[in-house]
Amino acid sequence: MNAIEATDVHVTLGGQPIVRGVDLTVPPGQVLALLGANGSGKSTLVRALLGVVPHVSGSVRLLGRPLGRDVPWRRVGYVPQRMAAGGGVPTTALEVVVSGLLDGHRLRPPRDARARARAALDALGVADLHERRVQDLSGGQQQRVLIARALVREPSLLVLDEPTSGIDLPTQDTFVTALSSLRDAGTTVVVILHEIGPFAPLIDRAVVLRHGRVVHDGAPPPARGEHGDAGHDHTHPHADPEPPSEGPDLTLEVTR
Amino acid sequence: MSGWEQVVELLTSPLMQRALVAAVLVGAAAPVVGTFLVQRRMALMGDGIGHVALTGVALGWLVGSWAAVAPADALAVPGAVVAAVVGSVVIELVRERGRTSGDLALAIMFYGGIAGGVLLIKVAGGTNANLMSYLFGSISTVSTTDLWWTAALAVLVLTVGVGLRWALFAVSHDEEFARASGVPVRAMSMVVACLAALTVTISMRVVGLLLVSALMIVPVAVAQIFARSFGRTMVVASALGVTVSVVGLVITYWNDVPPGATIVVLAIALYAAAAVVHPVLARRRAAHDPHPDLSDDVLVPATDAACEDAPPAVRPSGDHR
Repeated sequence: MNAIEATDVHVTLGGQPIVRGVDLTVPPGQVLALLGANGSGKSTLVRALLGVVPHVSGSVRLLGRPLGRDVPWRRVGYVPQRMAAGGGVPTTALEVVVSGLLDGHRLRPPRDARARARAALDALGVADLHERRVQDLSGGQQQRVLIARALVREPSLLVLDEPTSGIDLPTQDTFVTALSSLRDAGTTVVVILHEIGPFAPLIDRAVVLRHGRVVHDGAPPPARGEHGDAGHDHTHPHADPEPPSEGPDLTLEVTR
Repeated sequence: MSGWEQVVELLTSPLMQRALVAAVLVGAAAPVVGTFLVQRRMALMGDGIGHVALTGVALGWLVGSWAAVAPADALAVPGAVVAAVVGSVVIELVRERGRTSGDLALAIMFYGGIAGGVLLIKVAGGTNANLMSYLFGSISTVSTTDLWWTAALAVLVLTVGVGLRWALFAVSHDEEFARASGVPVRAMSMVVACLAALTVTISMRVVGLLLVSALMIVPVAVAQIFARSFGRTMVVASALGVTVSVVGLVITYWNDVPPGATIVVLAIALYAAAAVVHPVLARRRAAHDPHPDLSDDVLVPATDAACEDAPPAVRPSGDHR
C-alpha cells in the first residue's frame, strides 16, 4: 500500500492554475524531497495532497484511502511552514502540541495527552519551553513546537513544508537527527526543501517542480551555479523572510 | 437599615434572585465563547449577530401578533434565537469563502438586521420603544420562563464550549493543521458560530444586543494580559465575566443606572486598570535575560562579559512563572 498515490492533480487558486497535472506515488518508508523555486507549486501540491486546499481534478489517495473522512488521519503528520498567528490569545507550547493529538475520530485528547506532548517536546530539545507562550518563542523554537505537534501523533506519513527556512543551525541539526530516526523506524517522509543541504544523506528520491509540473523525478539532482561549488556552504540558514519584531534569534548572513 | 439587612433584602427579592441567576450564567458562558472568537480574529462577530437578532426579535413579535399570542413579545426570544443562528451560519459561510467581498457582505447584513428590526416592529404594531429593552437589556424584567430559557441555553453553551474546547481550540488556532489532521473543520466552525448565536440571545436580556459582544470579548481582553495559556485565559475570563455581571447588577439595585451599560463599563474599567498595572508588574519580574541559551552559527570573540560562554548566572527561562 502506497503512502501517497496522486494522479493528474490540478489545483487552481484565485483563478490561477498552480499545480498542473502532477502524478506522484510515494511507496511506504521512502524519504522524498520536493524541490523547486519559490512559487513553483511545492507548498500548494502538499496542501492539496493533505486536503487543506481542494484539487479541481485528479485523484489523491493517502495511506490507501481516497482523500476524505476515511483516511487514517491519526497516522498522518503535517508540519506547516510557520506557526499560525491566531488572534493573540496566549497559548502554551504544550497546548499546541496536545492539539496535535486530535483527528476526525478523536475530538478530545486522550488521557495521557499531556505526558505524550511533554515527551514530544523533550525529544526535540525544547523541554524547558512547555509552559512558555508560543507567541514569545523565536522562529526556531516555534518550528520545533510545530514538529513536536506532528510527531506526537506518531505518524507513518510525515509531511514537512520547508522545515529549515529561517532557522538556526542547532535546530536544523535537530531536524536531521529527528528525520533520520524516523527514517530508520520506516516512516514515509515528504519534505519540501529549498536546497538539500544537510539532508542529502537521508534523501531517497527527489522530485523537482517547475511552473506546477514535475520536471525531475529520481536521484537528487546536483545544485546549479554557485551552489555546486566545492567550497559552498550549504548549511547556512536562510534569512528569515519575516523576522519576529522582538525575537531573541540571532540571524547572521554568512558572506565569504 | 444596616448593611446586612440591605444584603438580605437584595437576596430575598425574587426579581433580584432571577436577575442574579441570569447574570451568573450569562457572565460565565459569554467569555468562554468569546475566547474562541478572539482567537479566530472574529471579535466583532457577536456584534453582527446582535444586529441580525434584532430582526429576529421583531419577526417573533410579528408572528406573535398574527397568531394573537399574549403577551405580544412571547415569540421575540425564539425569533431572536432562530435569526441569530441563521445569521451566524451565514457569517461563517462568508468567512469560509475568504473573499474580499466577504467584508462588504457582512456589513450589508448587519445594517439589514437593524433596519429590518425597526421596520418589522412597526408592521407588528409595536414601537421602537419596545425594541429598546432588547437593544440595551432589561434584566429587571426577566420572567421565570425567560430564566428557564436562559439557564438551559447557558448550560448548553458551557457544556459544548468546555467539552469540545480542544477541538474548537485546534480549529481556532490553526485551521490548516486541523484540516490536515482530519478534524472536521467546517463542523467545528459551525459549532463556534452557533455557540456565539446562542450566547447573543441569552445575553440579550442582561446587557442588550448592542452590548452583548462586550461581555464576550472584554473579559478575554483582560484575561489575556495576565494569562499564559489558552485554558487559563478562558477560566479567568469566565470568572471575570461572572464578577462584573454580579457586581454591576448589585450596583443597579441601589442606584438607578442601567444594568447592561454598568456591567460593560465595569469590564472596560477593569481592562484599563489591567493594562496600566501589568507593565509595572512585568518590569519588576523582568530580571532575567530573555534570550534563549543557544549557540549561534558564528565564532566571534565575546565583547560583552555577560555573553561569555560560561553558564549564565540566571537561567534564561522557566524561572519566572
